[in-house]
Amino acid sequence: MALDISANPIGQPVDRIDGRLKVTGGAPYAYEHRLERAPAYGVIVPATIAKGRVRAIDAAGAEAAPGVLLVMTHRNAPKQPAFGPPRASARFARARPYLGDDRVRHWGEPVAFVVAETFEAARAAAALVTVEYEAETPALGLERHLKAAYAPETINVGMKTDTSEGDFEAAFAAGPVTVDATYHVAQQHHMALEPHAAIASWDGDEVTVRTSAQNVANTRKALAATLEIPLEKVRIMSPYVGGGFGGKLGMRAEVVLAAFGARALKRPVKVAQTRQQVFSNVGHRPEAIQKVRLSATRDGRLTGVSHEVWMQSSPIEEFAEQTASSTRALYGAPSILTRHRLVNLDMQGGEPVRAPGEAPGLLALESAVDELAHKLGLDPVEMRILNDTQIDPEKKVPFSSRKLVECLREGAARFGWSDRPKAPRERRDGPTLIGYGVAAAIRPNYLGPCAATVRVAEDRTVRVRTDMTDIGTGTYTILAQVAAEELGVPLKAVTVELGDSRFPVSPGSGGSWGAASSASAVLDAARKVKAEMARTDEARVFEATGSVKGMRETQSYKDFSQYCFGAHFAEVAVDEDTGEIRLRRMLGAFAAGRILNAKTARSQMIGGMIWGVSSALFEEAVVDPRFGHVVNGDLGEYHVAAHADVPNVDAFFVDEHDDKANPLGAKGVGELGICGAGAAVANAVFNATGVRVREFPITLDKVLIG
Amino acid sequence: MTPFTYERAIDAAAAARAVAERPDAAFIAGGTNLVDLMKLGVARPKHLVDVSRLKLDTIAESEDGGLFIGAQVKNSALAADARVRGAYPLLSRALLAGASGQLRNAASTGGNLLQRTRCPYFTNTATPCNKRSPGSGCSALGGFNRIHAVLGASDACIATHPSDMAVAMTALDAQVRTVTGDGATREIPMSGLYRDPAQGPEAETVLTHGELITAVRLPPPPPGRQVYRKVRDRASYAFALVSVAAVVDARDGQVLGGRLALGGVAHKPWRVSEAEQTLGAESRPEASFAAAADAALKGAHGYGANDFKIDLAKRTIRRTLADAAGVSS
Repeated sequence: MALDISANPIGQPVDRIDGRLKVTGGAPYAYEHRLERAPAYGVIVPATIAKGRVRAIDAAGAEAAPGVLLVMTHRNAPKQPAFGPPRASARFARARPYLGDDRVRHWGEPVAFVVAETFEAARAAAALVTVEYEAETPALGLERHLKAAYAPETINVGMKTDTSEGDFEAAFAAGPVTVDATYHVAQQHHMALEPHAAIASWDGDEVTVRTSAQNVANTRKALAATLEIPLEKVRIMSPYVGGGFGGKLGMRAEVVLAAFGARALKRPVKVAQTRQQVFSNVGHRPEAIQKVRLSATRDGRLTGVSHEVWMQSSPIEEFAEQTASSTRALYGAPSILTRHRLVNLDMQGGEPVRAPGEAPGLLALESAVDELAHKLGLDPVEMRILNDTQIDPEKKVPFSSRKLVECLREGAARFGWSDRPKAPRERRDGPTLIGYGVAAAIRPNYLGPCAATVRVAEDRTVRVRTDMTDIGTGTYTILAQVAAEELGVPLKAVTVELGDSRFPVSPGSGGSWGAASSASAVLDAARKVKAEMARTDEARVFEATGSVKGMRETQSYKDFSQYCFGAHFAEVAVDEDTGEIRLRRMLGAFAAGRILNAKTARSQMIGGMIWGVSSALFEEAVVDPRFGHVVNGDLGEYHVAAHADVPNVDAFFVDEHDDKANPLGAKGVGELGICGAGAAVANAVFNATGVRVREFPITLDKVLIG
Repeated sequence: MTPFTYERAIDAAAAARAVAERPDAAFIAGGTNLVDLMKLGVARPKHLVDVSRLKLDTIAESEDGGLFIGAQVKNSALAADARVRGAYPLLSRALLAGASGQLRNAASTGGNLLQRTRCPYFTNTATPCNKRSPGSGCSALGGFNRIHAVLGASDACIATHPSDMAVAMTALDAQVRTVTGDGATREIPMSGLYRDPAQGPEAETVLTHGELITAVRLPPPPPGRQVYRKVRDRASYAFALVSVAAVVDARDGQVLGGRLALGGVAHKPWRVSEAEQTLGAESRPEASFAAAADAALKGAHGYGANDFKIDLAKRTIRRTLADAAGVSS
């Protein structure tokens, strides 16, 4: 059986195939699925102390309230396995008990769960639950607990906690030009538009949970472990995800409590965390202090780079953001020292937040590099090019591809970098000072083990299935593009089905590995189907399962160091009277292997850049050390960039095909855009004002004081 | 949210009566603030009287050459009105600097004046707050008080009034018209609408329970150029750290007089007559602007995270007055 060969769809700027569904309300998000049976509605009651125990709960008022079906507390919650030690190898798959005991480990931890006939009734009843606490003194405040810092066994993704190449201290002592600067990055939150939500329904001893998960397989394992039921009895569906950013990698309270409620009531139960609850129940990017030291020759060659990090963690669950990890590979200095330390505070633990490690780490490192260039009187673009390396200084192997220099040069040309103000306070426009800034981007390229099936029907329509998720990135579309191209069918002949634990297992969306991993598996499946079709003239259904091995089992990830690269260029205006910083324009140049869809990939880069701007200028969750809560825990006061803050943000890709990465030559793009973006803005603020703010976010008061 | 009953009033007097009759009743118009507070458990009215459909949604020219603005005129409609844009650009600009397009489409003129503070300890029922729960203490003292007051505050409460519109109306000498539960009407100057927090922060205005704002009357605009300048942490959808409403009457480089009101710095729009008197009192405009800034911030006191507001306010006043006067600083 032969197929038509149409134009190659891979790489084309194809509109999202699910775009129309999304804008017309046809794509159900977690809270919106309609089941045959009307659901009951669950509302979580959060703890209002940071540490202690629940001495008494008076649920009588809630239980007697109209429409209430169930009030669950630690006294009547099902027995669950203990959470266990703060470290676990497969942390997203482990059991995660809720209402398991009377302990309160952090502000906002669920202490009760109310289910009623309507959402309004459940919320009203939840307000009637009164909790008496026996409060203990919590450890809060990173700086005041620095003495308790410890070195974790490893940092996130199993990376080394500390590394040391060469003799940094000797290099630093020898100078001749050095920078020694300490940066502070604030606690930040994912703030996905769609809050964490779940609908659970039981059929006998089998539970189905429709939720908003980045990784279906892990959510399934975690729920099975928590409920202590076999994996086969759990089905997770997550067809559409309204943003994840790392906050939906692991299962959270809404999934477990919905499952409990639905089992107890023998009807579906739906639960969503409120915006305020999302600030204390799904993890965050931990607050961190970063000390960066650089030494260089007078002509700008780095002789030593050191990056030491102290960050908040939690005694409940350890999370060590790999903040200094990009420093191990970005520049070719003969001595590189990195170190991570954790400080346990009585708060929820940290979690990956878009580009964990790289985003906050590059904010500090790329600011310090700018400080050095300024001290040396060098063009910061040229100084970065001077320190480029084609060999990974840590792993001592070549990069699979590394086009940092091309990104810097092409980006500089397109941005008009040569026209930059050479010295701070050099350029004005009315009452504002104008500044330009640059920063490099680097982000590891990962590949996860993934499987997918491709089925070609008799009418030559194609169906792709994997439990991979589309968290707004465009997965549906790129997988259709890959299948269409390989099978030579029109794009509209391909249907992609995602996010169901009955489908072949993927690594999910996270770590920017989703596109490369799932597209490689689909490619493999499509090739198998094609081969089978070539062997016969029969008109029948063809189906094959394809897969790709993860990077740990792939030789090219041992022989080569795999990263994506980029360069950001930003222009800001700073009001000299008020200190207000406004981005004027920004351009990102990126090298990320073969681009599967020019449109959705560019959108991701721009989205990442915008978050970089936001993290450098706005985002700060303020924890009140008297209470332990995020004071500004809503979108009115936790400021993310508004449209007016991000005019004229553009991105482009330099041509690249990385044949060491995977059969498609593609690399991850989801996190690359935020990496270094904030530092470009910070460096532009310095170029405008001559004020170096090392405490992020750079708010106007810090500029005025400087 | 506590369950509540709801009625739609047929006229202003009936609405006022309906609320006055029940201590647990409240007016609702656009609901852009009240509904949020109800969801958070901060406001718990048992009965809502909807005034949004009362025929109070017109803007009319008054006999004295001013404007008569119905309390139910939406913020977006008020900002877009040609008469407002022409004669009171200060008001139009202030409105457009506030909230978001969607919120302005729903928010009413009367409701805007009565919106509650955005102090995050007020909106969180788990933390002490004298405004929400009298006698429980002020968590903003010693807490995160970046958006809090530096003028007119008391140890009982350091919250700010969040409105931009009210700042412009204060500078424009607006009068607030009301009707009470017993049918009496009165007119309150903007400068007399808000109570000092030292008198008990739980009551923010001089309005009695059941007293409904029916209109805002603007006298003819003062002479001079009007400028509203809002300084905030992001370019849109953020409350003012400091805002300045300025009207400056300047001719041939000479400042003859003007008006000045501040937002984001106190429990009410802050207007200081001594500051206005300096306008035109000095021969050099820059000197009079600096004197006005100092006079406006007289007695200012920071609480830690908001200390910067004092200097920021002075800088913004000087600059805004200069812009209004058409002299570059």
